[in-house]
Amino acid sequence: MSLEVNGLSFSYGTRKVLDNVSFRVEAGELLAVLGPNGVGKSTLFRCMLGLLRDYTGECKIDGESINNMNARQLARRVAYIPQTHYPSFNFSVFDMVLMGTTARISAASSPGPRQKELAAAALERLGISHLSSRGYTQISGGEQQLTLIARALVQETRVLIMDEPTSSLDYGNQLRVMSEVRSLAHEGYTVIESTHNPDQAFLYSDRILALSEGIVAACGPPKEVLDEALVSRLYGVDVKIFSLDSDKHRVCVPASPEVSSRYSDGAH
Amino acid sequence: MGDRTGLGGSRKLSNGACAALLLCLLLAAVLISFVLGRYPVTPVQLAGILLSRIFEITPTWTETMEMVVFNIRLPRILMACMVGCALSAAGASYQGVFQNPMAAPDILGATSGAAFGAALAILLRQSSAAIMVSAFIFSMMTVLLVIFVAGRARGKRVLGLILSGIMISSLFSSATSFLKLVADPSDQLPAITYWLMGSLSGTKNKDLLFAFIVMVIGLIPLILLRWRMNVLTLGDDEARTMGVNAGRVRFIVIISATLITAAATSVSGMIGWVGLVIPHLTRRLTGNDFRRLLPASMAAGAVFLLAVDNVSRCLLAVEIPIGILTAFIGAPFFIYLITREGERY
Repeated sequence: MSLEVNGLSFSYGTRKVLDNVSFRVEAGELLAVLGPNGVGKSTLFRCMLGLLRDYTGECKIDGESINNMNARQLARRVAYIPQTHYPSFNFSVFDMVLMGTTARISAASSPGPRQKELAAAALERLGISHLSSRGYTQISGGEQQLTLIARALVQETRVLIMDEPTSSLDYGNQLRVMSEVRSLAHEGYTVIESTHNPDQAFLYSDRILALSEGIVAACGPPKEVLDEALVSRLYGVDVKIFSLDSDKHRVCVPASPEVSSRYSDGAH
Repeated sequence: MGDRTGLGGSRKLSNGACAALLLCLLLAAVLISFVLGRYPVTPVQLAGILLSRIFEITPTWTETMEMVVFNIRLPRILMACMVGCALSAAGASYQGVFQNPMAAPDILGATSGAAFGAALAILLRQSSAAIMVSAFIFSMMTVLLVIFVAGRARGKRVLGLILSGIMISSLFSSATSFLKLVADPSDQLPAITYWLMGSLSGTKNKDLLFAFIVMVIGLIPLILLRWRMNVLTLGDDEARTMGVNAGRVRFIVIISATLITAAATSVSGMIGWVGLVIPHLTRRLTGNDFRRLLPASMAAGAVFLLAVDNVSRCLLAVEIPIGILTAFIGAPFFIYLITREGERY
């Protein structure tokens, strides 16, 4: 399934947040949306998820505009993986995952045996079957994120939209979650994720979409478009990008000692 | 799957055990309630009276006993069960759709509207049937008014609803106070005051039928939507991305829960705390999953109100209005719950 955004603009009141944003993602591709806080990454996602409808331009899935779909139809095509959160009511991990099946059962019914099998399979797939009867609020952030990914899988869509999937995770969990996401894209899912972290974009994404002040600053494979100039334009800091291991990896580090010392000062 | 739906580590019962426990409690409470009361009926006589409706048994009891059991105690028992069931089902549903464990059936003004409607009808010297109908109509009108006002409110939807509810409730409470001020202090004022305290005494069969029909109409959508309520507790946006039309589900749940609250309040007066305390207590048994929580709350609410009603009619020579008792029991109990295990949810 392909997802296409054409000339998308959105304003909160008079403040224009997104200005003529266009891009296209194909099946099997992982697109990282990169940009500083408040640049409109979440707004872009909310438009693609049908949560905001009064934008200009188009969001299309396989050529069909999402503005013509109701919540249920859209939920059968696109699954959303939010940041880990603390819900007001605690549910078991299994029930949390089971909720992903809601768009495929009739409005007045509860999930049946088929849905329960799907949920069990998704938990198995992500290696968290042992958590199935634990409370969602009692597991770690990384486990919560995997639970939310499992929930998106049982939704049986081909498009996954993830809002900063690693923002609240420790280093090990970041790598674990991202390699799961990477392998989902390999299986043919269309994956769009937002991130602050250029290193993560280098490591996992096929292409990046860089947003700066609501417009597309760059779009393409990370090694081609994500350079020092772009990072400093996006985040207002000077960085150096190094190539390691005969360009198998690229890493982004702060360039000037003033920047790094400024950060360490801030930490005290 | 009982082990899967519970929350690990804590003492959650399986579906079967939970249902069996609550149904046994309910049956026991009903049977005990038949025997309790000023007019003595022994358990053996009760068994005879009840079974004589099915089998031929030579009576070992008086006709008066039979009349007390069938015409006085039975309607009252049924009413206590229905009102308790309705109020706690409504409370559990409100808590789900407002994503707030502190929501209660009166949060959108259903009970303050009913109080105003009843007071108005008493002031106009209407019959008891008219008082009930007036309470019901004003209750529904109040909630529709709250939803209308909240629709124009800016900012967050759920917060807008709750704030509108508080404002319009207080408006109707003031209006009720005004009606009490102008009411005839020799008969109308005590009648209004007594109605506001809540009571199940003098339950008539036609009240039962009215309440039953309205409650069934309101409970059916709640039971059908119980899975969607689970999804809705995650918040509107997340629910939408899983295909749940959050606004529509919430609207249906609010209207249905209000319908049963209004029906309960119009026949019994103001009975507070049941809708808040019982769903909380039931959560300890079933967890937050509405597939289990809703039916379990309904059964637990019925048991609770029936037990409290027995206290209300047997404790003193004069009947204590049940609304006073639910507050006396509910408030300390709730304090105990939040101080002991507040973080469990």
